[in-house]
Amino acid sequence: MKKYIVKRILGIIPLLFVVSFLIFLFIHLVPGDPARLIAGKDADLQQINAIKHQLHLDEPLYKQYIDYMNNLFHGNLGESIKSKVPVSELIGERIVPSLELSLLSIAWAMVIGVLIGIISAIFKNRWPDNIGMITAVSGISLPNFWLGLVMIQIFSVKLGLLPTGGIETWKGYLMPSIALGAGIMAMIARFTRSSLVQTLKEDFIRTGRSRGYSGLTIVFGHALRSSLIPVVTVAGLQFGFLLGGSIVVETVFSFPGMGRLLINSIQMRDYPVVQAELMLFSFEFILVNLIVDLLYGFLNPKIRYD
Amino acid sequence: MSETMTVSKQQIASKRGTLSTFWHDFRQRKVAFISFLFFVLLVILAVIGPYIVPFNPQTPDYNHVLQGMSQKHWAGTDEYGRDVLSRLIAGTRISLGIGISSVLIGAMAGTILGLVSGYFGKWVDKTIMRICDVLFAFPDILLAIGIVAILGPGLKNVIFAVAFFSVPSFARMVRGKTLEVKEMLFIEAEKSIGAKTNRIIFRHIFPETIPIIIVYLTMQVGTAILAAASLSFLGLGASPSSPDWGAMLSMSRDYIGTAFNLVFFPGLAIFLTVLSLNNLGDGLRDILDPKIKD
Repeated sequence: MKKYIVKRILGIIPLLFVVSFLIFLFIHLVPGDPARLIAGKDADLQQINAIKHQLHLDEPLYKQYIDYMNNLFHGNLGESIKSKVPVSELIGERIVPSLELSLLSIAWAMVIGVLIGIISAIFKNRWPDNIGMITAVSGISLPNFWLGLVMIQIFSVKLGLLPTGGIETWKGYLMPSIALGAGIMAMIARFTRSSLVQTLKEDFIRTGRSRGYSGLTIVFGHALRSSLIPVVTVAGLQFGFLLGGSIVVETVFSFPGMGRLLINSIQMRDYPVVQAELMLFSFEFILVNLIVDLLYGFLNPKIRYD
Repeated sequence: MSETMTVSKQQIASKRGTLSTFWHDFRQRKVAFISFLFFVLLVILAVIGPYIVPFNPQTPDYNHVLQGMSQKHWAGTDEYGRDVLSRLIAGTRISLGIGISSVLIGAMAGTILGLVSGYFGKWVDKTIMRICDVLFAFPDILLAIGIVAILGPGLKNVIFAVAFFSVPSFARMVRGKTLEVKEMLFIEAEKSIGAKTNRIIFRHIFPETIPIIIVYLTMQVGTAILAAASLSFLGLGASPSSPDWGAMLSMSRDYIGTAFNLVFFPGLAIFLTVLSLNNLGDGLRDILDPKIKD
């Protein structure tokens, strides 16, 4: 087990390097001269050269990469071109609200998703299952930004119950987390159902039934535990979905998080911020996938570690 | 008597062929079948939509701005007085066009990579799968946003971005199937009579992968439409003035308190389209790839 963990952790190091190199190249892949684009149409040569110098674009590529990685290891993510504030500071202000929103979303999505899944599996092919699965497939098909806008219309504009944006109170988290979690809830519900339906066909369940255990004891005492193993991993893997979704949902609710910062920075061509955010988002995604992978091995003793 | 009946039934079954058996099974699944009919309707709208719209979707009418639902304007009018229903119909072509074309491009590239990777194995397989691993290291929409951030906003770039993030999933899936089919006897027989590699891959292995490609293609078109709508909503996709559903939603944000119809209908169009594709995908999966049913 230990050997496996070490192997998996060492295994992602090359991946992190390749990903960081690709994101480093990001600014060089912009067609035309990025310094000219950043400076705007009316800029003179001097301004363009100043930006080039600031971004070290006037240095050879290998030196730029070494400097970039060196800075990255020291937690220096560069400086925003527009606001002149260090990127780490900009991200530092926004990372906590974004994490809170993500955790809140995945928490409710798991609870409700697993519940719907259990009900659907118990009542397989009957009306509670049909309703559960219609809810689930609708949740997957629902554009989260639309759900957000419709909720704003109903709960903020019409009823005046919740704020349209901002996070001054806990109420500000409610609608964004519902919009963000709906899709994940749906996927967890579908997965819990199929996993539980499979488990209920297993021999040990049949043995349980023949011994006269009640349906509920079988589901909650025996089947659920082994069915939830794949569900945990699916929930973890939805994290990428969450990251992507948060970019859109944060924009809808003017939520002061990382996703909105990314979109604002792209619109203002603030490349150092975009670069740092892409880096952070993908590192987070790789790390979560690794944790999920390890967790799966930990939860499921059938997995071989070689 | 009963023996002759069985034989004739078998004969009928074999005469009906795979396609009609498939059609028969498919029609039994009501949700999938209704979704299919809805999707066909959307495709028809995408083709003939611009000719049947009640109003010109692009011409402003400043005497009738921000009107609610009425007999004349079923879905109301927008901030320029343009008929929302006409814009939704005209937008079908854009949304379906982006969804289908991007996934087809991604599926084509992914399928070729998957076939090559699975068939040749060794370093070819390793290289292609490592590249896929790197692409999988980015969440889909982030990859698309990154690409659009580099190339700039616009429909063509959105199609490219969405196609790009579909490639690795198709490649991995087709590779898996190729590995399975490669070991079958009929492939060995082909090899032993000296068939060329190209022929084995494209005439014999590829057809075996078609069912899973169709299932995944259907589901992925829904994902692609959602992704493209998200990009347009963020201002990174279709131009704000075009009748693209995502762009319409993006513009509606300014009128959220005053004109609910502007928010409601474009989102409903995206939702129903993606829903029908997901249901259709589920149905096709149950028939074409019954192993993963339940």
